[in-house]
Amino acid sequence: MRGVSGEEGEEIMGLSKSDIRKLQKVGYDASGAVPRAGTFLTRDHEVVSSEEREKGLEILSLEVALRKYSWVEELVFELVSKEKDDYTKELAKFSPVGYFIRALPGARITKPVQSCFFIKTARFSQMVHNIIVAEPESELHIITGCTTASYVKQGSHIGVTEFYVRENARLSYTMIHDWAPQVRVFPRSAALVEAGGTFISNYIALTAAELVQAYPMATVKRGGVARFNSIIYAPQGAHFDLGAAAKLIEPEAKAEIISRAVSDGGEVVARGYLEGGAANTKGHMECSGLLLRGEGSIHAVPELKGIFPETDLSHEAAVGKIADEEIQYLMTRGLDQDTATSLIVRGFLDVRLKGLPPELQLAIDTMIKKASLGRTM
Amino acid sequence: MNTSLLEIDNLEVRIGDKTILHGANLTIEGGTVHVIFGPNGSGKTSLVGAIMGLPQYEVTGGDIKFKGESILSLPIHERAKLGIGLAFQRPPAVKGVTLFHLLKAVKGSEDNILPAAESLNLKDYLHRDINKGFSGGEIKRSEILQLKLMDPALLMLDEPESGVDFENIVLLSDIIREMLQKELPITNRKKSGLIITHTGFIIQHIQTDVGHVILDGRILCSGNPQEILQIIRKHGFEKCVECLEKREKR
Ligand SMILES: Nc1ncnc2c1ncn2[C@@H]1O[C@H](COP(=O)(O)OP(=O)(O)OP(=O)(O)O)[C@@H](O)[C@H]1O
Ligand SMILES: [Mg+2]
Repeated sequence: MRGVSGEEGEEIMGLSKSDIRKLQKVGYDASGAVPRAGTFLTRDHEVVSSEEREKGLEILSLEVALRKYSWVEELVFELVSKEKDDYTKELAKFSPVGYFIRALPGARITKPVQSCFFIKTARFSQMVHNIIVAEPESELHIITGCTTASYVKQGSHIGVTEFYVRENARLSYTMIHDWAPQVRVFPRSAALVEAGGTFISNYIALTAAELVQAYPMATVKRGGVARFNSIIYAPQGAHFDLGAAAKLIEPEAKAEIISRAVSDGGEVVARGYLEGGAANTKGHMECSGLLLRGEGSIHAVPELKGIFPETDLSHEAAVGKIADEEIQYLMTRGLDQDTATSLIVRGFLDVRLKGLPPELQLAIDTMIKKASLGRTM
Repeated sequence: MNTSLLEIDNLEVRIGDKTILHGANLTIEGGTVHVIFGPNGSGKTSLVGAIMGLPQYEVTGGDIKFKGESILSLPIHERAKLGIGLAFQRPPAVKGVTLFHLLKAVKGSEDNILPAAESLNLKDYLHRDINKGFSGGEIKRSEILQLKLMDPALLMLDEPESGVDFENIVLLSDIIREMLQKELPITNRKKSGLIITHTGFIIQHIQTDVGHVILDGRILCSGNPQEILQIIRKHGFEKCVECLEKREKR
């Protein structure tokens, strides 16, 4: 189906040039120039592009996957309950739109798979359901960008994503949000990390949204690792309620939750929950918040629950403003106050995300640079 | 008429509600290097902090002129742009900002950063957060590196040699001498210095012009830096001031 041609003239797959620029901002390359293992693009509720370029990789719309494999059914609403909340209940009423991405056993797919959920129609209510499976001994990296067309100011996005990291598999999932100021977003995701598996979830949001509320949960088995990183920059009007939880249910399971939040007038709640439920489990959480103005807030809510004696859980949380002394020091080198502040903010958000392909890290670095320089003081 | 580079006139500085400097006077001509001696807590760091415009040093009286104009109303970075540079006695660490990031922001390009860092044996420190976990001597070298790339007209060095080992004092002195254009004939030198020191090591390696003693927030006397240092060593600060004052009266 061809999209209606907008004011901007020429369209590719129903996407205008300005749409494509928006996609690029969330890590999606439409040109084919950037190395990608595969692609999945959804506009409103329509799958615009679905392509796999590497052996051992399977990308299907969930609808097709459910017809192709009988076992996929068992993975749907398995980790996230249908009854979880109003949003999941609402989503369960519809036939699913979303992707099924799978790395076959032993497949090492080092280039990232890119996917994007794009809201093109104003006030659209996008609902998606995704299933990701990294089969035993496989490696898979996914970037998911979520954004709106430049003229879309309102809308909502409800997404359920269920991750299955099988034995000794490695899965990284990087979600980049660039919503509009009045978009409401409710990702609901959960991961199962089986023995020896590694799950890395990165969340990056550097622009305003009316409300983003997400609290992914990983259940980690023997020797498995779950890592959650989030990098949030909340301008005025933004409200992010974000967190991550990990239940370490078998011996030697590990988890790490790291969050960096900057409030430039926006509201941020940074939650974290670690539960040590078996011998030699280890979990660490780090929550750092930087307040740039008198308005806005950062509320860190770290929770630890030990239900087995030989667990080692810890957290560090710090919320504050940039020390005047540091800004003044940089100013003595000839930088004005804004530049000095930007330099410090950028440094603060510049978390080395472990286990990411270098080009993805580069894309993230560029975004952080832009966000910290684009600040209005 | 030739204006002096820096003119401090009857400067009064407060920190909170405590007056630290009680009417300090100091004039530095272009191309000259001054040394300030004084006991701990006498107000040396406060003096250079006030010149730099750091807000905790509140100027409650007097004036500071740089290149003939009062700078009291200028923010820190504009004073820096005019050519005032300060190597801190104890600079803060800045988390997340590497030395390289800062130098690049200061210079607007990456040119010259690497050779300058190499000259101070700081190449391996460029990608570390500024001053974070730096040893005492590394901090001092990093301060000089930053000033070297800024190339200020007035170099204020607050105890540049404290905590620096002997070899590195020689290295630092060489670089500072170069920054002060000591290789040029006196009349061609444009750069000036204001060096705070307790040990005097630094002035054994760098030829300086005028020494001052600061006591209880007043710059009490001036003279040959080496001589002043000798008297302080032998008789202490109080005696030094008495002696110099007597000599001045004569
Ligand atoms: N932030 C501050 N709050 C209160 N008092 C301060 C503050 N900073 C400095 N002072 C006081 O001001 C006085 C002068 O301090 P300053 O740092 O200028 O001394 P100094 O001559 O550089 O000493 P040193 O040789 O120890 O470096 C001291 O008594 C010091 O305790
Ligand atoms: Mg001092």
